[in-house]
Order: sequence, then C-alpha cells, then structure tokens
Amino acid sequence: MRVEIKNLSKAWDGVVGADNINLDISDGDLVAFLGPSGCGKTTTLLMVAGIYKPSGGTISFDGQVVNEVAPKDRGIGMVFQSYALYPHMSVFGNISYPLKLQKVDKAGIKQRVQKVADMMGIGDLLDRKIAQLSGGQQQRVSLGRALVKEPQLLLFDEPLSNLDARLRLTMRGEIKRLQSDLGITSIYVTHDQVEAMTMADKIAVMSKGVLQAYDVPEALYDRPKTLFVAGFVGNPPMNFLDVEVTGSDGEFRARSEAIDLVLPPDRAEKAAAIKGKVAMGLRPEDVDLVSDASPGAAGLTLGGMVEGVEPLGREDLVGVSINGVEMRVLVDKTKGVKVGDNIELAVDTSKIQLFDKETEQSLLWA
Amino acid sequence: MTTTEIAPPLPPVGLLPKAREKMGRRFAYGFLILSILPILVGYAWLIIATVSFRTEGLLPRNAEGGIGGFTLRNWDFVTDAAIWNAMFNSLLIALAMVIGVGIASTAGGYALSRMKFAGRKGFLSMTLVLHAFKAEMLLIAIFFVLRWLGDIPIIGNFIGFNSVGGVALVMIALELPLGIWLMKGFFDNLAWDMERAALIDGASRFRVWWQIMLPQVRPGLAALSLFTFIAGWNAYLVPFTFTIGTKVANMPVFLNQLISDTAPTNWNQVAAVGLFQMIPLLIFFIFTQELLLNIYAGGSKGS
Repeated sequence: MRVEIKNLSKAWDGVVGADNINLDISDGDLVAFLGPSGCGKTTTLLMVAGIYKPSGGTISFDGQVVNEVAPKDRGIGMVFQSYALYPHMSVFGNISYPLKLQKVDKAGIKQRVQKVADMMGIGDLLDRKIAQLSGGQQQRVSLGRALVKEPQLLLFDEPLSNLDARLRLTMRGEIKRLQSDLGITSIYVTHDQVEAMTMADKIAVMSKGVLQAYDVPEALYDRPKTLFVAGFVGNPPMNFLDVEVTGSDGEFRARSEAIDLVLPPDRAEKAAAIKGKVAMGLRPEDVDLVSDASPGAAGLTLGGMVEGVEPLGREDLVGVSINGVEMRVLVDKTKGVKVGDNIELAVDTSKIQLFDKETEQSLLWA
Repeated sequence: MTTTEIAPPLPPVGLLPKAREKMGRRFAYGFLILSILPILVGYAWLIIATVSFRTEGLLPRNAEGGIGGFTLRNWDFVTDAAIWNAMFNSLLIALAMVIGVGIASTAGGYALSRMKFAGRKGFLSMTLVLHAFKAEMLLIAIFFVLRWLGDIPIIGNFIGFNSVGGVALVMIALELPLGIWLMKGFFDNLAWDMERAALIDGASRFRVWWQIMLPQVRPGLAALSLFTFIAGWNAYLVPFTFTIGTKVANMPVFLNQLISDTAPTNWNQVAAVGLFQMIPLLIFFIFTQELLLNIYAGGSKGS
C-alpha cells in the first residue's frame, strides 16, 4: 500500500509534536522513522495508525485520505515496544483477538492463528499464558497478532528496544525477512540508527518534530544534508571541527588554531565563499594511522596525542587530542596504539563534510 | 567463571547473631500479641456470651451463680422470620450497592482517566469536596428527595422513602466518590499501548473497556466491592432514617430494635445476633481475599 503524508502536523495546546511532515512511502517498502526520543516519530506513527488526530495536513492510503477513518478500518497491524499483549488471555487468545472481532468463523480462526504462530516459531506455545513467556516470545506473539489479520500496512514502534542485544540482532533479521517476503509496506520507528540503516529501504530522520531528511540509508551516510543528520547517522558519530576554509590558486585549505588540511576543490569551493568558521565533519573511520610503511602526504595528515583507547573488538576507538581539539577515530587494533602515544593520522579528505554553522545546512549537498 | 574472593563478614560485637535474632523475634511477637489482646478478648467475650445463660467477665455463669450454664437459648431467634427478613434486606442493600457502585465506578473511573471532556477537572475536584460532607448533614435533604421519588408511579414503590431500593440508592450515591476515585487510580496505572493495540485490532471503545481494561483492574474492583459490601451490610444511619418498622429494616436496625423494644434487654441474645450478622461478611471475605492480596502483587503484568 502506498502511503502519502502531506503537511502533517500535530500540536497539543501549543506544544508541537510534529511539524509539517511530508513523506511518500512506496508500496512494499520498509521506512524507518529515526530520531532521538521526543523527536515526533511516535507521534507521526500514531497519526498514521489513527490513534491521534492530525492538527493539520493529510494522510492518504493508496490515494484515499484516511484522516477520518477509525484505526480498525485502516487495515493496519501494529507492534509496540511494550508488546501491549492482553495479559489475561492466552497466546491463542491474543493472536485470535483481531479475527474474533472480524467475526471470522471458528475453524478459520484456528487455521489462521496456527499458520501465523508457526511462521513466528511459537506454534507450540498457543496455550501458554502471556506471563509465562520470555520477552522475545512475547514480541513474537505481538508480531503474530499484528500479522494475523493480513494488514496492508505494518507499524512498528521501537519493537526491539526491550530485548537484550543478542536477541535484538536475531529479531532484526527476522522482521526484515518477514517483511520483504510478505511484501507488506511498513513503518518502523526507532532511535537506534544501526537498526534503521540495516533494515530500512528509506530512512526519515526526525528532530524536534521536523523531518530533517528522507532518503536511502547510503545517501544519509555519504551525503548528509544537515548537521543533525550527519551527527545522528553513523556509529561512532562523526567528529565536528570548526575551521575556516580559504582558497587561492586552486588550492583549498581548512584552517584553525589546531589543524591545517588541504581539501579537494570540489568539496571546498562553496565553503571557501563563506567568511568565518564552518563546521567540518570527519567520520572516525575515514582516517588511517600513518606509519613508515604508508607515509601520509603533506597537508593531508593530523598529528596528536592519544588520550583514551576503547577496544571494540575488531578495532580500537581512539580518542586523540589534536592541539587541544578532541577527535575520536577508529584504528586497526593490531597497530597497538596506547594512551600517551603521539600518532599521525592520514585523513581521507574526499570524504569530508562541510556545513554552514548558521543554517546547519550542508555546503556540499544542498 | 573464576571465583572471586570475598572477605568473610566480621563477627558482630556483643551478642551472637543467632541469640540476637531470637531476642528480636521474641520482642516483636510480644508486642504484637499485646497490641491485639484487647480485640481478642472482645471476640472471645462475644462468642462465650452467645452460648451462656449469663456472663461475668469472661466466665459463663448458670442461674445459681456457678461456673457453667451453657445454653443455645440465645440463638432461638434463628427460627424467627423477622431476622431472616432483616438479613435478606441487608443482603439486598449490600448487593445492590456492590453492583451499582461497581458499574458506575468502573465506567466513571475509566472515562475520567482516559477521555477528554468539558468539566472533567471540575468534576474530579467537586467529587472530592462533596465527599467531605458527612451523610448526617444531608439527611433532611435526602428525605425530601426520597419522598419526591416515592411519588413517581410504580417505580416510586421501589426507590422511594421506606423502601430497600431507596436506601440502596442513597448509599450508592454516598459511596460513589470514593469508588470513582479509586477506580480512576487503577485505570491511570494501565499503559496506553494495550488500549491502542485493541483499538487497532478492531475493538470499539466500549469493547476495549469491557474486554481489555476491566480484566486488568479486577483486583481494584474486588477491593472496592468488599469495601462497598461492608459499608452496605453495616449501614445503620441511612436505613434507620429512611425506613419505618420491621418490614424494611436491615440487620443493624433490627439489632437496635432488639435493644430498645424488649425490656429488660437480653444482652446475650444481642451478642448472638451481632455474631450472626458477621457470618455473611466472613464468607464474602473468604471469596475475595485472594483477589485482594493480588492488588500489589501483580496488578498489571505483561509490560
């Protein structure tokens, strides 16, 4: 089902929950609403579900405006962070509840519930009480209840946040596989950017009720249009340095008290036109430790002292102080970097991002 | 797993821990027994009195003044139709109150907890303020209301002055502020998500209340029912004021008539009637106690 959201707003007594949101979700896509808590992503989701009434704007399903349609008539299924199961019913009672309300005959209910339960891997738990299930099993029941009525649109409200890390990883893959197998259009609300990046066809990044960006995951990572998106997408987060970009004779430099870097012309041109400081973004993974074997080119390196090392397993997350400016970079752990070491970092300047500090807009992908 | 060494706890100064614990327990039991002693003596006295000819303190005495004189004569009233009538009226009032207060409180509590409507805040504070007015202050006004209700043809016979229904109606009204506030509190504690899930699953608002939310507040409803039943069963002032004669009297009013009308008063018989009045309450408590104990143990699970 195609979902169009036009100029959608929600406010309670002057408090804005969602501000003029425009989104277009293609049939069969999984779209993630990504943002910190309180950014309006759940508010928007609940408007799509029909629980909240929009203060302004429209929501359309396949071209039909559904603003006034009751939640039960929207053909949606929803999965909640708290599972929202009915504790006084059995697993069967929970999954069959939507079908009972649709007045499906008994044999039909039994068959469909069994089919969904088998699909979710809880086929042998149908007689159990909800309280007897683990968190992961409860979330499966919740997913089964959402799927059993064969919805046109699936809504997920941080469904994995209450699960432990390992289970989250498994469920993530399962939900994605199920969604693409069944081809159900889905909206997935999360504050976990890894979840959004791995699962979503497109990500809507939100902050303070405003839609910051809406694009495919790679684009958000490689070409962030705002400072907020650049800082929010990617883990560990991007480093930001205040620099002044100047250009002369076709050579562009980013300078501050701490650093002096040569930038490629196609990146720096627009920033050079701005008088004063701009924000330069550098991802922790876009640097390399300089050694005798691979010396860095002049003007493309930063030198600093190691202030902290966090082993992440495959790599070390190293905190470096570059003439007093803090940066966090990822370094191959076999290099054996220790606190107190003086290191030289080669910067991949072709991946550098630049932002106007006033408007917080990108100076590369406006 | 490697075992980590934990230093053994230092021995306490003074008494050995076991002896100290024993002393503490003795003290606690001693204090508890002492504090419930007056009540225990009272109940013992009541029970002994009901099967004795006469009592002196806790000692039963026979007609000659010696120890003994056990008799079931005080229980003769159980063959009297009047007490069964009073019992029936008490039961009617108490049950009507449990049902009336239960329905109105769960419906009202849900609405006040979950829905937005004009005057909601005002209503909530008003009920609290009005609850502060004692029933005694309202007796005269209620008398006129009941007289007026009695003038309504047909149904007036059931809810007017000098009817069990009228008494129940007044008692329900007096009990409602507490009931509504109590149930609102229980509904306030329930997560919105479950309700939203039910709405999306296809339930109407009424069905959500009936099938999804009510089962979650069952312990609260049980507590309210018990309070209400006790209030109805022990109701004295309202039935005494708004009923005339023995036909519509409930147990407490009947008990009072026993004292004032028979001369001299047979106190041992009064004690027996009092004990008799407690029996249904004990039965009701046995049935609801499990639910009551659940209130704090597992009000809302599954989240």
